[in-house]
Amino acid sequence: MANELLQVWSDSPATSLVIWAVIAIIILYLGRKQAHQLFWTSGYSIYSTLRVWAFGVSKLEKRLTQRNHEVLLANGEKAAEKAIEREFTRINNIVKRDLSGYPSLHRQISESIENIESDYQKSTQVAPLPPAWGNVVETIASLPSSGDPTVVKILTNIKKAVDESHAQTLKAFKKSAAESHRLLSAMQPHWRNIDSKLNQVDEKINGLDQCSKNIDQQIADYAEILHKKDSALSALGSSALTQFFISGLVLIIAVLGGLINFQLIAMPMSEMVGGSSYIGSMKTSDIAALVIILIEIAMGLFLFESLRITGLFPIIGTMEDRMRRRMMVVTFILLTILATIEASLAYMRDLLALDREALQQSLVNVGAAGGIVEAQFRWIPSIGQMIMGFILPFALAFIAIPLESFIHSLRVVLGLVAIGLLRTLRLVLRMVGGFFKHLSKMMIYLFDIFIMLPLSIEQLVKSRQSDKSKSEQQKENVSVQKLG
Amino acid sequence: MKQLIKCVIAISFVLGVLLLSACGEGKRENRAVYLLLDTSGTYTEELQKAQVIINYLLATLDSGDSIAVARIDSGSFSEKDIIAKATFDLRPSTANDQKRLFKQQIDNFVAQVKFGSRNTDITGGVVQASDFVNETQAGEKYVFIFSDLEEDLPKGHIRNFPIDVHGINVVALNVTKLRSDNVDPRDYKHRLLAWQQRVEKGGGIWRVLNDLERLDRLISY
Repeated sequence: MANELLQVWSDSPATSLVIWAVIAIIILYLGRKQAHQLFWTSGYSIYSTLRVWAFGVSKLEKRLTQRNHEVLLANGEKAAEKAIEREFTRINNIVKRDLSGYPSLHRQISESIENIESDYQKSTQVAPLPPAWGNVVETIASLPSSGDPTVVKILTNIKKAVDESHAQTLKAFKKSAAESHRLLSAMQPHWRNIDSKLNQVDEKINGLDQCSKNIDQQIADYAEILHKKDSALSALGSSALTQFFISGLVLIIAVLGGLINFQLIAMPMSEMVGGSSYIGSMKTSDIAALVIILIEIAMGLFLFESLRITGLFPIIGTMEDRMRRRMMVVTFILLTILATIEASLAYMRDLLALDREALQQSLVNVGAAGGIVEAQFRWIPSIGQMIMGFILPFALAFIAIPLESFIHSLRVVLGLVAIGLLRTLRLVLRMVGGFFKHLSKMMIYLFDIFIMLPLSIEQLVKSRQSDKSKSEQQKENVSVQKLG
Repeated sequence: MKQLIKCVIAISFVLGVLLLSACGEGKRENRAVYLLLDTSGTYTEELQKAQVIINYLLATLDSGDSIAVARIDSGSFSEKDIIAKATFDLRPSTANDQKRLFKQQIDNFVAQVKFGSRNTDITGGVVQASDFVNETQAGEKYVFIFSDLEEDLPKGHIRNFPIDVHGINVVALNVTKLRSDNVDPRDYKHRLLAWQQRVEKGGGIWRVLNDLERLDRLISY
């Protein structure tokens, strides 16, 4: 076909090609305006359409961001309210537990102070003074004796009396001082008692102080959330992401635990419901084992709901306390029964494995009679499996806590992912729009390159025409001036 | 409404994860196996090997599967030739007991076989085997022929008709060479080819397994 076209005008393909090129250039030159319009309108329409789409995506993104912020703030608000409530409950407990004993503490401190005061009063009693006549007698006794023996005797007697009086006074003073010391030393335990009581009060007050500081912090956070501050939003967003990853990790661990549990009971289940019956593409025994595990998880969820640890089912959380307690007991009993069943199934699994092993052994040894393999310490894995069978249901019950966190944070994380996708889509739409706009310009320039020969001729003709008209104009002007 | 969504997500998450974990293994079809033991002439010496095959089959087959072992003698199209047969109970422990009993029956049979039968009616045995495996309505059907495939019919027995083994895996095991095969090996090839054509014409799938070390290729797990 191409060869035929190349030989339409001449036998020489080159000549034909040149003629075709000339024809094409002429056609393209004649249709230049239309081609330019086609390129420009096509490019611009794609650009504007994609711009409109990008605008729509942007609006959607904004709405989603706003909605996500609302969800974040609502969650944060609820969490902050709960935290504040918890702090107040803690303060209430401290006040109830510790400060309820404050009157007796006050009484004890008062009693101690009274004791100290009375002891102090007693210790401050004035020491007995020497008799008032002492000074007179002392003055007389100190008079110089003239050598008269009578006087000397009298003076000696007086001195003796004075000395006795001093000795008695000193003795009384010493007694009084000793009593004061005794009373003062008796005050020591009271001081210590007061000190320890005051320390206790200080600790309690410090605890309250810490709680009040926590409340201040929580209130500040709460206020930030209520004022929809960016810092609060950012903190809540990162908190939700952290929650998502941590709870996801714990859930993965729980799922692995569930798998172990499944493996533990799937085989003995075939002993109850048959090993070769199927429901769909799944073994009936597998489904039975799954159902048991799911029931255990459901019981765990209900147990944690009745304990008000999680809040997935509000109907349980808002039940009467008595009814809730009953539900708690019932779910716990059911969980224990299921755990016991699992333990027995795990034991049966061990027995079946043993039986199978014995059969395999007898089949391997041709002609040998089948018997049970008696291995030493065989009971250790049996006991281990039974314990695992009993503990795993209770461990699986705890899945309720990370599951709740996961569900709560999943909404935010999905929102963030959707926002990211929309943002990327908006960017891509804008880029593609811009690309088509520039492509249309490029196509116009490329088109002009193909027809540059006639374009150049056109330009040349136009410039000559304009030169000619200019020179005619000048001539006219000159003739007008001459006439003027 | 929000709480409902949360509950639905919670339940679907747990269900999904556990169902996915349990769906790893696909549905397994029940299997039916019929083993024909050639008891003619000197081939009785090979019965020890047959015991190994039977033990392998017992170890491989599970609850719901069926197995039968019959001998090939002068007239094999008879229930009297069935040495032991069983369809394993759904409970694994009962199935294990059945396997023990089955093994005991086979051991007893091998112990009391001393003289081989005068003739060899393989076709009669195959027809009876196909009837048995078809009756079990199993998803996978196998007929194993533990023989040298040299048919030697008594006078008057008619066996030269097409056999119906549609959908059945017919596997020849331990096809030993005869003295005459040593003289002209083409006889051996012709014997195998003749059986292959006969089975494939009957809609069956033909295989030969002489290396008994590779029993894992015998049936699918």
